[in-house]
Amino acid sequence: MNSQGYIATVYLFMLAAFLGYQVISRVPSLLHTPLMSATNAISGISLVGSLVAAGAQHSTLSTTLGFIAVTCATTNVVGGFIITDRMLRMFKKKRTAASEEQKP
Amino acid sequence: MRYYLIEASYFLASILFILGLRGLSHPETARRGMHLAEFGMLMAIIGTLMHQEIVSYEWIIAGLLLGSAIGTGIGLWVPMTAMPQRTAFSHAFGALAAALVGISEYSLHGASLSKFTMGALGFDVLLGSLTTTGSLVAFAKLQGMLPGRPMTYKGQNIFNLSLLGVIVLAFVILIFHPGAAPLFYLMAVLSLVFGVLLVLPIGSADMPVVIALLNAYAGLASAAIGFAISNNVLIIAGTLDGGSGLILSIVMCRAMNRSITAVLFGAFGKVSETSTTVTEGTMRVANIEDLAPQLKYARQVVFVPGYGMATAQAQHAVRELSTALEDAGVTVKFAIHPVAGRMPGHMNVLLAEANIPYSQLYELEQINPDFAATDVAVVVGANDVVNPDARDNSSSPISGMPILEVDRAKEVVVLKRGSGKGFSGLENPLFIKPNCAMLYGDAKESLTQLAQAVLKE
Repeated sequence: MNSQGYIATVYLFMLAAFLGYQVISRVPSLLHTPLMSATNAISGISLVGSLVAAGAQHSTLSTTLGFIAVTCATTNVVGGFIITDRMLRMFKKKRTAASEEQKP
Repeated sequence: MRYYLIEASYFLASILFILGLRGLSHPETARRGMHLAEFGMLMAIIGTLMHQEIVSYEWIIAGLLLGSAIGTGIGLWVPMTAMPQRTAFSHAFGALAAALVGISEYSLHGASLSKFTMGALGFDVLLGSLTTTGSLVAFAKLQGMLPGRPMTYKGQNIFNLSLLGVIVLAFVILIFHPGAAPLFYLMAVLSLVFGVLLVLPIGSADMPVVIALLNAYAGLASAAIGFAISNNVLIIAGTLDGGSGLILSIVMCRAMNRSITAVLFGAFGKVSETSTTVTEGTMRVANIEDLAPQLKYARQVVFVPGYGMATAQAQHAVRELSTALEDAGVTVKFAIHPVAGRMPGHMNVLLAEANIPYSQLYELEQINPDFAATDVAVVVGANDVVNPDARDNSSSPISGMPILEVDRAKEVVVLKRGSGKGFSGLENPLFIKPNCAMLYGDAKESLTQLAQAVLKE
């Protein structure tokens, strides 16, 4: 990558940080736990790096590390999204009749 | 062509992630937002699988299947009370994944890395490694595998800072001599050690800040790997995660009136030993027979849940009592302190789990003016967040921390396991105020008995 490319990524980082600040500071404290598990699932996007490492067959070391990384990241993506949805399903505006939600 | 398809999938994923997080600004749009984010993730994964460098799929499929199995297991069966541990654990996994990708990248390109890429990789491995072990220690503390009290020894801060100094020095040398492989692995190992030492001295009461901070580190590690392999969606998603963690740690610190440096280096336990104010007075013990009618004929009752409610699994019992009171015509509200529990927003999730509608959950600023008009405030397993010393006693270690002003209510009932001190080890003068009564015993049992007594009344 040339130096122009580097600068572009730094700009991207800065813009993402500003946008992230705007979006996330609007999340009410009511939803801070789901927010945390949601961003956790989203940052499992490091999968895109680990998938290439696991499948490129450059060396045994990089394949092994890639495999572990794919497993960890997938665990976060799948687990994170399931838990987030489980939590968000519970937030209700009004008391619903006959809704003794049993613990799973 | 393939390149553009992959980039298009990343572009779509980035947009959907941002829209997904925007959905979280309201509980009604939150689920839909998350479905968008899930779809974005799927697209990004499919896009990546088309990458031309990928020549074999066995290990990929094995990893995806194994990860999905573990993730589904954790996702479906972890109880809501264990959410802080689960979160710490997943930070460890996320950071480990990011660190391993960085190490694999370094093992392939090593000496040929540019300064910029080496810098990004170094950040990734440094943050990734220390977050992995730091999160595991946080997990062990929250799970009760390690004592929750701060673990300190003499010269701790100096030792930790020197260790950090060595790590940073290795990092700087690597930027100029990226071929120095032993130095790279030394940096990774020392960062692992540093992660353990960083979290060990932090007490359980400070965990909300620590979890949020580790969240930020894990996200920034992902963003750094995005810089290293010049992948835009990684930069965006990592930055969103890191930014969210940072915002949450600031919110938590503000709610405790402490700085981040004080949390990381100030081991809470030490302060309280020196400045314990001796409080004279006797505590009044309440009993269920007297309390039930008082609650039933109140106009407004406010519940204040704390971590004790989670440990006693009392959230469903709280709901039973609140429903009984509401059916008797009492206005019931719940006051949530930002640092109640062991992670941001933990109490809200537990009460939502017990089927308490979110319109009844109030934040600190909303509810404090309301306490004067409250007949009974019921404190369930909370202590420091209702300690009036934070407001009245300037020499108290928690002085200046915003509290829920339950002592302004006409009557306060504190449900407590025993007459011991709270988590921070501080005396709580609330307990000897004339309008305060103590109800000792298991919170779950007491609440269930109260609910039955209210119904019989």
